[in-house]
Amino acid sequence: MKSLAELQAIKDRMKDKVILREGSSDVRVVVGMATCGIAAGARPVLNTFVEEVNKEGLSEKVTVSQTGCIGICQFEPVVEIFEAGKEKVTYVKMDAEKAKRVVSEHLKGGKVVTEYTIANNA
Amino acid sequence: MKELSLNILDIAENSAKAKASLTEIYIDETGSRLTLTIKDNGCGMSKDTLQTVTNPFYTTRTTRKVGMGLPLLKMAAEMTGGSMSVESKWEKDFPDDHGTVVTAIFNKDHIDFTPLGDVTESICTLIQGHPELDFHFRHTSEGKVSAELQTAELRLILEDVPLNSYDVINWIRDYLKEQYCESEKDAE
Repeated sequence: MKSLAELQAIKDRMKDKVILREGSSDVRVVVGMATCGIAAGARPVLNTFVEEVNKEGLSEKVTVSQTGCIGICQFEPVVEIFEAGKEKVTYVKMDAEKAKRVVSEHLKGGKVVTEYTIANNA
Repeated sequence: MKELSLNILDIAENSAKAKASLTEIYIDETGSRLTLTIKDNGCGMSKDTLQTVTNPFYTTRTTRKVGMGLPLLKMAAEMTGGSMSVESKWEKDFPDDHGTVVTAIFNKDHIDFTPLGDVTESICTLIQGHPELDFHFRHTSEGKVSAELQTAELRLILEDVPLNSYDVINWIRDYLKEQYCESEKDAE
């Protein structure tokens, strides 16, 4: 069974990292988690981003967060990527598989996955 | 919504938006009845707002925080012959004791009952998005607790390590999953 002692160990391991990380992430992944997003499948999209960003070792650079309704409900699940000095990228009709590709090609490789962007799906 | 766990996530998001420092999520299964309670200490609603929350057509984009969430939960409950109710104390009228309680009752044996789905995943998603807020989750079946989590308890151990750290979220997921596994074994 998972124990609270195990959580204590996680805390001890994380403590130094937290101080390092504060304010250092320059890419923000924002997933729309209002009723429209949730109903369209935003929960697995969000969780895939969280998992893949960590697996790819991008957690120092990228934060994954949630927001309410972005206003384009027919395109949900919607994911916006904000990067300092660059134009916002809006990905639409996302799913877990697409999220994996965005992490490896866009967040890791630096190349926007244009076929999933709103410009190519409107 | 394909799973009730998604409705739970959706309604609890309202609590976070209402600036609730504590949101309690209780699922109770007794016989064929499933009762879902989501209780928060957020800002609450005025009587006028409360009367319109379950009617999707009273909502406009400027009052977005209400929207379709409650009407969808109400529909899901009523489809099974159950019901949903919302009680709320608005902070303007009750400055010291405000918040909202949503209660939905389902008949699990009804053919239109939406399966509960992955509640663990919804709880993890809530904590991931709102690491600064506290959640108390408890799922009981026939009087026995099958899974329970209190973020306030975890916070005491974690101190300034955020609840939405990757390792912590994974620990929470496994912690809940293991509790469900154990309670299933006990039931057999």
